[in-house]
Amino acid sequence: MVADRTEVARPRHPGQGLTRHSSTPKGRQVDQDCVAELRELLGDVPLRRDLLIEHLHVIQDHYGCLHSDRLVALAHMMRLALSEVYETATFYAHFDIVAEDENLPPPITIRVCDSLTCEMFGAQELLQNLRSEFEPGVRVVRAPCMGRCDTAPTVEIGHNHIDNASVSAIANAIEAKEIEPTIPKYENFDSYRSNDGYSLLKDCQKGRKTPDELIALLQDSPLRGLGGAGFPTGLKWKIVRGYEGPRLMAVNADEGEPGTFKDRYYLEREPHRFLEGVLIAAWVVEAQTVYIYLRDEYPAVRKILLCEIEAVRQAGLLNGVDVELRRGAGAYICGEESSMIESIEGKRGLPRHRPPYVAENGIFNRPTLVQNVETLYWVRDIVEKGGEWFASHGRNGSKGLRSYSVSGRIAEPGVKLAPAGITVRELIDEFCGGMLPGHQFKAYLPGGASGGILPASMDNLPLDFGQLEQYGCFVGSHAVVILSDQDNTKDAALNLMRFFEDESCGQCTPCRVGTEKSVKLMERNQWDTLLLKDIGQAMADASICGLGQAAANPLLSVMKFFPDEVECKTT
Amino acid sequence: MQNHLTFTFELDGREVEAHPDETIWEIANRQDNQLPHLCYLPKPGYRADGNCRACMVEIEGERVLAASCIRKPAPGMKVLTGSERAESARKLVFEMLAADQPSKEIAHDPDSRFWQWTDYLQPLTDRMPTRKSPEPDPSHPAMRVYLDACIHCNLCVRACREVQVNDVIGMAYRGHHSKIVFDFDDPMGNSTCVACGECVQACPTGALVESTLVDRNGINRQLQLDEVESVCPYCGVGCQITYQINDNKIHAVQGRDGPANKNRLCVKGRFGFDYVSHRHRLTKPLIRRSDVEKNADIEVNPSDPSSHFREAEWDEALDFAAKGFREILEQVGSAGLAGFGSAKGSNEEAYLVQKLVRTGFGTNNVDHCTRLCHASSVAALLEGIGSGAVTAPFTACEESDVIIVIGANPTENHPVAATFFKQAKQQGKDLIVMDPRGTSLSRHATHMLQFKPGTDVALLNALLHVIIDEDIYDHEYVSRFTEGFENLKRHIKQFAPEEMSEICGIDADILRLVARKFATAQRGIIFWGMGISQHTHGTDNARCLIALATITGQVGRPGTGLHPLRGQNNVQGASDAGLIPMMFPDYQAVDSENIRSRFEDAWGTSLDPAKGLTVVEIMDAVHAGQIHGMYVMGENPAMSDPDVHHAREALAKLQHLVVQDLFMTETAFHADVVLPASAWPEKNGTVTNTNRQVQMGRMALELPGDARQDWWIIQEIARRLGLNWNYSGPADVYVEMASLMPSLDNISWDRLYAESAVTYPCDAPDVAGKEIVFGDGFPTETGRAKLVPASIIPPDEVPDEEYPMVLTTGRQLEHWHTGAMTRRATVLDEIEPEAVASISPNQLKELGIQPGEMISILTRRGKIDIKTRSDAAIPGGVVFIPFCYAEAAANMLTNPALDPTGKIPEFKYCAARIERIPVV
Repeated sequence: MVADRTEVARPRHPGQGLTRHSSTPKGRQVDQDCVAELRELLGDVPLRRDLLIEHLHVIQDHYGCLHSDRLVALAHMMRLALSEVYETATFYAHFDIVAEDENLPPPITIRVCDSLTCEMFGAQELLQNLRSEFEPGVRVVRAPCMGRCDTAPTVEIGHNHIDNASVSAIANAIEAKEIEPTIPKYENFDSYRSNDGYSLLKDCQKGRKTPDELIALLQDSPLRGLGGAGFPTGLKWKIVRGYEGPRLMAVNADEGEPGTFKDRYYLEREPHRFLEGVLIAAWVVEAQTVYIYLRDEYPAVRKILLCEIEAVRQAGLLNGVDVELRRGAGAYICGEESSMIESIEGKRGLPRHRPPYVAENGIFNRPTLVQNVETLYWVRDIVEKGGEWFASHGRNGSKGLRSYSVSGRIAEPGVKLAPAGITVRELIDEFCGGMLPGHQFKAYLPGGASGGILPASMDNLPLDFGQLEQYGCFVGSHAVVILSDQDNTKDAALNLMRFFEDESCGQCTPCRVGTEKSVKLMERNQWDTLLLKDIGQAMADASICGLGQAAANPLLSVMKFFPDEVECKTT
Repeated sequence: MQNHLTFTFELDGREVEAHPDETIWEIANRQDNQLPHLCYLPKPGYRADGNCRACMVEIEGERVLAASCIRKPAPGMKVLTGSERAESARKLVFEMLAADQPSKEIAHDPDSRFWQWTDYLQPLTDRMPTRKSPEPDPSHPAMRVYLDACIHCNLCVRACREVQVNDVIGMAYRGHHSKIVFDFDDPMGNSTCVACGECVQACPTGALVESTLVDRNGINRQLQLDEVESVCPYCGVGCQITYQINDNKIHAVQGRDGPANKNRLCVKGRFGFDYVSHRHRLTKPLIRRSDVEKNADIEVNPSDPSSHFREAEWDEALDFAAKGFREILEQVGSAGLAGFGSAKGSNEEAYLVQKLVRTGFGTNNVDHCTRLCHASSVAALLEGIGSGAVTAPFTACEESDVIIVIGANPTENHPVAATFFKQAKQQGKDLIVMDPRGTSLSRHATHMLQFKPGTDVALLNALLHVIIDEDIYDHEYVSRFTEGFENLKRHIKQFAPEEMSEICGIDADILRLVARKFATAQRGIIFWGMGISQHTHGTDNARCLIALATITGQVGRPGTGLHPLRGQNNVQGASDAGLIPMMFPDYQAVDSENIRSRFEDAWGTSLDPAKGLTVVEIMDAVHAGQIHGMYVMGENPAMSDPDVHHAREALAKLQHLVVQDLFMTETAFHADVVLPASAWPEKNGTVTNTNRQVQMGRMALELPGDARQDWWIIQEIARRLGLNWNYSGPADVYVEMASLMPSLDNISWDRLYAESAVTYPCDAPDVAGKEIVFGDGFPTETGRAKLVPASIIPPDEVPDEEYPMVLTTGRQLEHWHTGAMTRRATVLDEIEPEAVASISPNQLKELGIQPGEMISILTRRGKIDIKTRSDAAIPGGVVFIPFCYAEAAANMLTNPALDPTGKIPEFKYCAARIERIPVV
């Protein structure tokens, strides 16, 4: 501001001069002190665009938020426009942007998972209780699925997850300042090595195997993409390898589909079996760089991978391949492969249009192999034991092994390694110890939030790719959530629609507006089923990506399979 | 490329032929089946984004529908545009979007694409719940933001980021919280928005709308707007525009698809037109009151000049104007008179002014502001390659691999040209920016060479040294198309980058890298501005650039060339038309007997064989008592000349000064007669932009009051000087002018009227003009480019103890030249309301000055009081002042020292001192 004493009579000039002049050029200005601070904090890192989200994490972790002055400084340092930094930072739920006139968030944040299983186990009540107990000194927010549905309800304090959470357990953790992730016991590098680990990779690297040989072997096995799409793995490797290099690879460890926790399960137990699969796949497609895109909800896995990738590097097994661990920032949509690629490039996670497919035109527009964690986890076994071994498993006409994440009203929730094509009834009875006492099986989600809802009467369907589509459902990531007579499918559908409303990227009209309108309509006592069907159909037909196309599946299932509940007024 | 290969597929049951790069939407559109579209804008620069889902079609065998705007067909594909599934999806998209819109009755733009399609599709209504409406953002003087009408189609994001590359608008947040934001969700008026208005032009709903078109409540005023196509009157880019008029008033301006702008405009061209109806507008001829004296410091109130002038009728004023000239002719002869034409007028007006001075005054003392902009560039180009115009349009950069922009700040001064440079960078081309100021282009630059002010020759010679020393010059080109190479080679030896580095402040490694990049590029192009030309070594600077382009063979092919970015809308045309003291139209030398006799025949009178005086020389000649009378048409030397107090003294000393203008300018303060003239939207005429594109300007408004057409005023003066002129209008003038200017061959007035723009030179009346010239030699005597070595000459006045800082002057985005027009344009005045001196934040801190504080700036010429602006783009030790502000005229301070060849003053460098204003 100009001091009054310096005001002098304004000489005559042609302008009206109705406004005050600005003492700086247009818009926000760079604070050089902030720049110096960030240089110190970030250290000698490259300031490439694709690292924007990584840098935002460093700043968020250090200051507990992203202060707008620092974002201006970061934009300046990275030679990005303010809008580019802002739109990226605001897209992801785990960044807290603080404007100059806003208060800093409290030092500790509790995220309460309110996805379907956790909600069934009392998440809403927990959320209310935590709010009245801890606010305002601690921030309590709701959050989507944290991949711990077998221990619902789950909360995260800082980066520390509390399973089967209660107010008292949380109070104790806060008291003890336990905000860092607990690292589970896992098979470390030496232990994996001693069990003949990485010999297959070495065979490949030494030329004792050929890429074509491995591709053929996988093509002969029933291994399919286990992120949810089920694309045959060997074929995918062949296609990517067929495009002119340089090629890249991305590992989708953004396991966000509510109900799914199998990838975390394997990463927290046998990270090297996974990493060996990664490096073999990279060797087959000759990827220069592998980006492992890990969801931010898995901080323990992040620590494990950082440590173990370094061990692999030290052991000289990377063979010239760059392995970059990238950290998601709270966005379900980034589990969609093209959104993940956008996010790896440092941008908002908006799905791309197809064609072109990412195999041809992926990260930095280069041919890119994208694989799910579990898919890669199986590579060593299948190569070592043979495709026939893998194919020898399976039921009801399906082949292979599958890791079902089972949660809900069953006695023994968890990751169940079971034959592909198993039915939900078999799964409950043989693998999950039956229903919880006092609960009657009523309905199930065969494939997480987006796979629709089926009634218990249809408990004999094989849970495999291509088997449920005729009923408007799919198995996807094999996340099975069991509902009982004490659950309301209409409420479940609303919970899931709210999730999609929150997690829609907002790019296309049917999904952005359709989820928002659907939630409002589904919150009403009486559902306008005709309108909801119209919206659901438009979302399914006209959305850009799988999120929007599938978001109405639970809604449409409930209207189809549970008409009585729909007619009832919601309590 | 196999784009010529076509294939067939089935569209709605019919076999249709398609090119591989066509989308289904385009093909359907070709079949007269326009599919609904919102986020897709089939205009240059806009890629399809496929997000609104208004154009969905069904493809047989595919699980989901496809967005026709982005999907390309494949051979044999079967596409249905009218299937029930596709139609109901499209309709539902509109139903969902309409649910959250303000109703059409209160729409911000009821004629928007959104409402047109909604009316056509008739989706169901009243079924959907609605969302909470976002608040309006009225923070910007030119545009309103009504996000309640936003459909998140991101056309404005693409407009801002991909078309104009201003990078202000973003789509922030996620899902249904997604929101169009400016920077950090700042109010538009507080953001880095440069108000190009591209977003408003692109918005399909009226969520972004011109403030002039809505009432206080955001409801469209429903004006019946007539449209007139014309061209922008501001900078040399020459954007084509469409005026939208109601009741003799311009309410809005849209960009047209002209060759130089492809629908784009900047803040001036879109929002800078209401100056024409400003209350200061002169509408009656004025004659100076006999009871007031003249002196340099005189100030006249532009809204009430009666203190110094009385109104007169046209006859009296014209008689009085002519009489004054006749008296001087009788007393001292032709040498006692001079005239300034204007690069803001039309070609026809420029032609008439120079003809009046040459045939009516009998002297070549005629010049215009090109002298102050690019005279040195033109001198070097004429000397080096035999032509003063650009060798390629700036749009040629789309085909370049390496683009050098030196001594230019195009984002402020040629904003639409800058969009092409930024786009080229986005497409992966190398953009090398060289400038002492960190211009906003520098964020986009592959390399930013922020060299020390005034060390241009050291920098450029270092580049030449590397190219010759490392033997990466184009041997064949040099031997076929240049002369003087050996001389240059000898001369350049002493300029090794390692030596020059200290002088220019750029690392030798960078100099080598940049030199190699340019020399070895397939296609390299050089753009420069007044940072090159406005120095006492301005001609040398341009000589270096000519050498750089020619020894590397970067001229005459697509994507290559030399392009001085011309300043005024018609500075190229005014120069072409002969507003130059040593040349007749088309740069034909006045001292050549052959040429002169041709013009004598054409004009039916004898002509002065001696070269005339230039702008600054004329002012000196007034002081020296040689020139007594002047005719100034549309120029404002009392603001634009260096050491302007000296110029104002000269103007005040004149026995007779006739000023023809729109306003009571600082020059008109000293006039004996002021003749109220026509503004650009009030007249027909042609102008020639920096790309050599001759373009047609059309009359959109009636003249106010008693103001008259400029051509008419010039003719009336000519007649009163005994010339038998009988032009019936601009078309008439153009015919005569074109007959004397071979450059306008095959470019008739009628052709221009029909085509709006034609590039010269042009080989036939029915073919396009040549955009890229000199592919096979140069119009010099030898057909070769002349390489002229340049030595390091320091600026005329360097900082010392008494004046320790460097003052540099220039323009800013919102204001044009001396501000006579733009400061009277409401929007531009609101954005930049008063004079500012930009200084680096650190320098301000050192001097203990607060940003915004009033300070005094002094040089050996004078002193001004001005507010400070803290600007990180300014290097330490430098102060930058735009010269458009009358209340703190930068040219009170500038050094009138001239470049010896181009006679251009050193506006870009002089020694200055800053003083705090003591507490009263």
